[in-house]
Amino acid sequence: MCSLCGMLGGRGHWTETATNADAFQGRAESHTRHRERQDRTRLVNKVLKHYGLSLTDWAATSFVLRSHTGQTRLVSNLSEMWAAAESLGRRDCDPLDEDLLTALSENLVRR
Amino acid sequence: MTEYAALIPVNVITGFLGSGKTTLLQKLLASPQLRDTAVLVNEFGEVGLDHHLLENVAEGTLLLDNGCLCCALRGDLQESLRDLFSRRERGEIPRFQRVVIETSGLADPVPIAYTVLAEPVIQHHFRLGNIVTTIDTVNGQAQLDHNSESIKQAAVADRLILTKTDIASVGQVNALRTQLRRLNAGAVMIDAGAEDLDPVQILTNDTYDQESRSREVGRWLQDEELNSGLTEHKHGLHAHDEIYSFCVSYDVPFDWTAFGVWMTMLLNRRGDKVLRIKGLLNVAGVATPVLINGVQHIVHPPVHLDHWPDIDRQSRIIFIVQGLSQQRIEASLSAFNALANPVPLSGVPAVGPAQAASETVVSRP
Repeated sequence: MCSLCGMLGGRGHWTETATNADAFQGRAESHTRHRERQDRTRLVNKVLKHYGLSLTDWAATSFVLRSHTGQTRLVSNLSEMWAAAESLGRRDCDPLDEDLLTALSENLVRR
Repeated sequence: MTEYAALIPVNVITGFLGSGKTTLLQKLLASPQLRDTAVLVNEFGEVGLDHHLLENVAEGTLLLDNGCLCCALRGDLQESLRDLFSRRERGEIPRFQRVVIETSGLADPVPIAYTVLAEPVIQHHFRLGNIVTTIDTVNGQAQLDHNSESIKQAAVADRLILTKTDIASVGQVNALRTQLRRLNAGAVMIDAGAEDLDPVQILTNDTYDQESRSREVGRWLQDEELNSGLTEHKHGLHAHDEIYSFCVSYDVPFDWTAFGVWMTMLLNRRGDKVLRIKGLLNVAGVATPVLINGVQHIVHPPVHLDHWPDIDRQSRIIFIVQGLSQQRIEASLSAFNALANPVPLSGVPAVGPAQAASETVVSRP
C-alpha cells in the first residue's frame, strides 16, 4: 500500500506479520498480534518523540497519532502514519536525517 | 484470501522505443509453456502479434489527488485487468494462467507495478511477476545517457534482455553490459538472440514461484558485481542524482518491527529516490529467511525461503538508489534496529556496523 495515496480496502499491510504469517514461521507463541502492535507503537514513539508527536493503538484496528497541541489523526498502518506525521508535525520525517539519528542514539545511551 | 503465490502473475515487458519488446514477446508466446497467457499492449507496433488473447490498452494514467507520480494508478490498466478477470471467470475467454503487459517505449513501469499490487480488486486476483526490460545493444548506451525513462526501465528490471546483439560490436555489447551491471546488479542479463532463449527463465521463474524462489535469491546474492568489493564510493562521493546499486550485510538478526518502522519511513520520505530494495533478512525469532522486495513506494508482501541459499546467515539487502548516501542508509538502518536492541551502558553497540559488500555507481545524465 502506498503511503502517499492511502487507499482503503487492500490486503493487510506488509509490515504486519499476521497478514503474511507464512513468511514468519517458527515464532514463539508469546508473539501475538497484540504484542506486535504494542511493540510497534513503542518503537514508533521513540522516533515520533523527535517530532513532538505520539502514537497510541486504537482498538487493535487503527492507531491515533497526536501532536503536542492535541491535534489527532486516525491511521491504519505505518505507511499512512508517516504521511500523517509529516502533515501534523509540519516537518519532513526523514530517517536519513542526521539530527534524528543523533537523537535516537542519545536516547539509547541514556537508557 | 488467495495465497499470494497462487495469484495470477502479471509480467511487465518494457523497454525504450524500438528496443525489441514486441519481437521478444512474439518469441516468448511461441513457447508451449506460455500458451495460457493473456497479453495487454499499449500500442500495436510494427511487429504483429498473433495471439488469441491479445488486447489493446489506451494509455492513460489516473493520478490520485494526493498521489505521487510513481504511485499513480494506471486507470486504463485497472479497467483492462478487472475486465479480463471478469470475462475469465464468466467463461467468455479461456482461463489464462498469466498476463503479460507490453508497455509503450516511454512508459514508466512503476505505476503499472503499483496498479497490480495496490488496486483493491486487482490485488486479490493478480500478483506482480518479473519486470522484463529490453535494451537495444546498438543504441542502448546513448538512450541510458539521455533518457531518464530508459534508466528507470533498466533500474527496476528483474530481467535485462539485450537485443540486436547480432548487429552490435563486441565493444558495444561489453560496454552496455558493464553499465547495466552497475545500474542494476541484481538483475539477470540475457541475450535475446541466444538460440536457447528460455521463456521460463525470463517470465515464470521469480521469487514468488515456490519452485524457483531459492534459486532466484541465490542468484541475486552471488552476483559478481555486488560482491566485487568496489567500495571506493562508499563514503558519500556520489553526485547529487547518480543512480547506483549496493548491497549491505548485517550479522545481527533484524527486529522485524523495527525494520518495518524504518522502511516505511524511508519509503514515505525517499521513495522516489529508492528505485529498488530487495533482500534476504535474518529476522529474530523466525526460523527461515524472509524475503523482501520493493519498487519505489511499493512493497511486495514478504515471503520466506524454506532454507538459506548458502551457509551465510547474514541479512543481505540490495539497494538501487538515486543520489542517496550508502553510508547514511546503513547508519540509519542500524540506528533503527538498535531501537529494539538497545545499546548497553558500556557503549558496546547492540548492532554491529553494517558491512558493505560492495557498491557500484553509474552516472546519470
